Amino acid sequence: MSASYYNHPTTNHRKYLTLSGLEPLVVTPESNFINIGERTNVTGSRKFLRLIKEEKFSEALEVARNQVEGGAQILDVNMDEGMLDGVYAMTTFLNLIASEPDISRIPIMIDSSKWEIIEAGLQVVQGKSVVNSISLKEGEAEFKHHAKLIKRYGAAVVVMAFDEDGQADTYKRRIEICKRTYHILVNELNFPPQDIIFDPNIFPVATGMDEHRRNAIDFFEATKWIRENLPFANVSGGVSNVSFSFRGNNIVREAMHSSFLYHAIKNGMNLGIVNPSMLEIYDEIDKELLELVEDVLFDRREDATERLLDFAESIKDQKKVHEDKILEWRSDPLQDRITHALVKGINTFIIEDVEEARLASEKPIHVIEGHLMIGMNVVGDLFGSGKMFLPQVVKSARVMKKAVAYLQPFIEAEKDGKQEFAGRILMATVKGDVHDIGKNIVSVVLGCNNYEIIDLGVMVPPEKIVETAIREKVDIIGLSGLITPSLDEMVYVSQALEKRNLDIPIIIGGATTSRAHSAVKIAPHYSNTVVYINDASRAVTVVGDLLKKDSQLYKDQIREEYDLFREQFLKRTRKKEYLSLKEARKNKFNINWDTSEIVKPKALGIQVIEEFDISKLEAFIDWSPFFRSWDLHGKYPNILSDELVGKQATELFADAQELLQDIFKNKLLKAKAIFGLFEANTVNDDDIEVLVQNTESKASKSTVKFLTLRQQSKKAAGKPNIALSDFIAPKETGLQDYIGCFCVSAGFGTAELAAQFEKDNDDYNSIMIKALADRLAEAFAEYLHREVRTKYWCYDQNENLSNDDLIKESYKGIRPAPGYPACPDHLEKKTIWNILNVEENIGVELTESLAMWPAASVSGYYFANPEARYFGLGKIKEDQVEDYSQRRGIALEDATRWLSPNIAD
Amino acid sequence: MSIIKSNIEAELSKRILVLDGAMGTMLQQYKFSEEDFRGERFKDYPSSLKGNNDLLSLTQPKAIAEVHAKYFEAGADIVETNTFSGTSIAMSDYDMEDLVYELNFESAKIAKQVAEKFTNDNPDKPRFVAGSIGPTNKTASLSPDVNRPEYRAITFDELRMAYKEQVEALIDGGVDLLLVETIFDTLNAKAALFAIEEVKEERQITIPIMISGTITDASGRTLSGQTVEAFLTSISHIPMLSVGFNCALGAEQLKPYLQRLSNATHHYTSAHPNAGLPNAFGEYDQSPEQMQQFIEDYLKNGLINIIGGCCGTSPAHIKAIAEVAQNYQPRQIALRV
Repeated sequence: MSASYYNHPTTNHRKYLTLSGLEPLVVTPESNFINIGERTNVTGSRKFLRLIKEEKFSEALEVARNQVEGGAQILDVNMDEGMLDGVYAMTTFLNLIASEPDISRIPIMIDSSKWEIIEAGLQVVQGKSVVNSISLKEGEAEFKHHAKLIKRYGAAVVVMAFDEDGQADTYKRRIEICKRTYHILVNELNFPPQDIIFDPNIFPVATGMDEHRRNAIDFFEATKWIRENLPFANVSGGVSNVSFSFRGNNIVREAMHSSFLYHAIKNGMNLGIVNPSMLEIYDEIDKELLELVEDVLFDRREDATERLLDFAESIKDQKKVHEDKILEWRSDPLQDRITHALVKGINTFIIEDVEEARLASEKPIHVIEGHLMIGMNVVGDLFGSGKMFLPQVVKSARVMKKAVAYLQPFIEAEKDGKQEFAGRILMATVKGDVHDIGKNIVSVVLGCNNYEIIDLGVMVPPEKIVETAIREKVDIIGLSGLITPSLDEMVYVSQALEKRNLDIPIIIGGATTSRAHSAVKIAPHYSNTVVYINDASRAVTVVGDLLKKDSQLYKDQIREEYDLFREQFLKRTRKKEYLSLKEARKNKFNINWDTSEIVKPKALGIQVIEEFDISKLEAFIDWSPFFRSWDLHGKYPNILSDELVGKQATELFADAQELLQDIFKNKLLKAKAIFGLFEANTVNDDDIEVLVQNTESKASKSTVKFLTLRQQSKKAAGKPNIALSDFIAPKETGLQDYIGCFCVSAGFGTAELAAQFEKDNDDYNSIMIKALADRLAEAFAEYLHREVRTKYWCYDQNENLSNDDLIKESYKGIRPAPGYPACPDHLEKKTIWNILNVEENIGVELTESLAMWPAASVSGYYFANPEARYFGLGKIKEDQVEDYSQRRGIALEDATRWLSPNIAD
Repeated sequence: MSIIKSNIEAELSKRILVLDGAMGTMLQQYKFSEEDFRGERFKDYPSSLKGNNDLLSLTQPKAIAEVHAKYFEAGADIVETNTFSGTSIAMSDYDMEDLVYELNFESAKIAKQVAEKFTNDNPDKPRFVAGSIGPTNKTASLSPDVNRPEYRAITFDELRMAYKEQVEALIDGGVDLLLVETIFDTLNAKAALFAIEEVKEERQITIPIMISGTITDASGRTLSGQTVEAFLTSISHIPMLSVGFNCALGAEQLKPYLQRLSNATHHYTSAHPNAGLPNAFGEYDQSPEQMQQFIEDYLKNGLINIIGGCCGTSPAHIKAIAEVAQNYQPRQIALRV
């Protein structure tokens, strides 16, 4: 819009960034520096993440209140976490903030990398907020679209110095990108320049790498340039990044933050995220340290980094041993050495130390009960207090197991000593499920804490769990599962235990389990205690509480808590409205079939890939879920430099790389794949009719149907109720459309390798190999999808996407998998197995709960339509379940059982 | 259309413009019965319709035109359409969501016809029609249930769509400007403004927008808790003709907030306060003369560009206000370049 005549332009001196909550915030030159509170950010605060995940919103509000009371002038809220419904979490939390006048008096910074979450936030704040952030990363069109909407919602915006080629890391790139975005915003979109906040990227210095030496100077100079050349624009940044290489040394870090901030502000940075408790007063920084820090920040000397490192070393806490002096600990007393080996997970010297301990002890069992347990208690304490992370604990367990294995023959020779355990715990992955990474991690952690573990493995039927529990007189039963049918299996196990009047607490864990499920579906069936454990670190505390002498109090407390939770859950207020299936079908996702491009696959039919060079998959691996399976949360590669878990993540990654290269070099794992491309059309709204060539007689074709499920929750106007069938041309259009399906596995050999590692008491690598096989299977699916798009189906020949783009699913078409949000129906796997003859062709089997074996397998469909997209089915109603049972030709109760996790209650 | 718009801009730079007074107070005098509200067209409508003042534009259009004419006669430059509750959200109380377009379109047409007659009679004093856009009866940033503070009875998108329907009908019916008024929840207003921007873009038009908030009580804040300055900041992303306050308070009580608003904005300012505070019977009994005195105080202090009345005001009040307004210079927009 050209300057409208009734829209009075402001005079220059009034163009200050002005935001509002219940009260206004005007950022003038006199306000010096605006501090943004950032503890209400799930990516930066584990505590906040936990509170949001557990829907403990009132405690989460306290975090926000503390930020405001602590002087935050803007509140950054971020809900970007894979396991969260970001839109729901953002909406709910901001709505709650709106009802707390002492929090909502300050403006909100809506922080997300996902536009839908940002927009959800913008729709619930009455004040003028800030969006954090947008950039040219996804190109100019998307940038403009978002900027225009942000303006219309009445918010200011943080613009990252990021463009189509990546993040700006030099002075030149920074100013180039900022200049370009400023021009687009101000001149093309008429965006108020004072509402622009540039984030020109604060990067670490003193990393030892030459290309990082100018990181601080480039930031300062870029800031100065922005403030001098882009009128009224503001500059912000996350200050703690600068000191990453000095993690653990707060004196140096605080000095670096203060000095950096001091100079950044002098150069014009006027907002920023700073943790006030990690800031020294500039004038009170030790003069020697200040000079060293500024030598680094301003790259004033060739040896600036070394000098600061030396200084840091000299003031380091005595207890913290530098890695260079790694062997010094060998001259410590025996117990210290054993403890050190356990804490650090070093097994190089453990046999000789244990032998020394054995000779000094009256009985070999005393070494376990004494030296080793003292060390493991330290590990337990550190883990419990969040100072050690899961991969480290598993490494400690490896050392422990090696030591115990060495002592075992001596103990048996004595015949009178038996290790005294703190309790006996049965662990099992339930019937029909093959996933055991999480279960093994919990077993190891509990083992470390002197519990005896009876691990029944995977696909364990309820009878076996009951028999073993009775025979072995176990103290606790641990049940694990990953796929949704396992939830029902857990209910069956609890019923079987109840029938036998067993008085054994059950602990529940695994990806699809939840406190809600445990409290609502399992606990009512079982008279004894049922506890849901959300991560391995909690297992030790829970088991400890369950087995202590006066545990009844704890058990009563849990029971009460779950009863209350169940009550609240059942009458919870998150009321959803649903459409009838008929209405939902009317509101389907409409593709204009007159203009939509349908590409006929170059090669119709089925193809098998048997001899595959697995090393080709390396570039296709999405590492973030790998870290998640080890309870390390964050995005790869940023997680490697994460303040909290960066060091652990880096070590874990190095170990993973080592094993991965070994897998490649020695062909330890075998990968196979099968896929087929077929003629197909949608019939009767929700079914996809597929024409399959019969194997016996080449000429005849038979039809098979994929059954899809349709979203039924009531949508905002204009938003469709999607089913996968909407992405395939309906038969009545007369157009021939196509569909594909596939199964890949990278799991052949995993079980054998894992067993081998376990035999060597190396749980760490046993878990590692499974986690890597999972990643390789996902990478294989990604790889095969690209091959199909570009070589077999050829609907996207010009595609040229990086691995990042693949992970972000930027390509055309989708490959949804049965059992996942778009099609939670596991029974569809049977259809895929039928069509492709998967088991016979590549040897991947389905269990009775329809889990794939080997576990590291992926199966799914291919949809090529450019408008096809991923979505979550959400909850469906009885009318659809009934309709589905008729289409599927199964009893209503069977349909209800298979679809139960998705049926609205 | 653009000629008319530049007219109001030109008029505002020359003098203080007078807005009309209450519609509801005037309609009460007609003592319309349930049958009158229904008229012939809605005589069998299943729900009770008495009290649905907006409906009178369809069933008693003459009365509506008469009220507009009385305000113009009293000296008003701008009258508001009879559409304060003309959204599908407010109309759902009467199960009349489907009539929203027609109600707004017809109300705009009635007001416009009267305005054109007055302009033709005296071209030196052009008259304008403002499409009245009320707050609806739901709040987007407050929960109606104290036990569920995260709950909302209405979403931004629902509001946006309802407002869009109203705005399109008002523009089609010929209004000269839009007045988003009685804003007690800024988020509702933001949804209205969002809808207006969408319509403007889709139709490639511009139309002047007046924005008027409501300071509920002596706390000096809107019902949703914002201060004067925070309210102003939250709606300033939209190109607007004027910003101001109306309803809830009398002219006397409103003055300090108007003063703050005037200091903080470089846009034209407006006010249409109530005829004092309601008495023990819920009636407004401030006389035209009393109200005139308080308004004169605004004028002396140069706080105002557009002035009118809200609840309890009548043509007599507007006449008193218009008389005194012509003696003063409009508020100067000091920072204008």
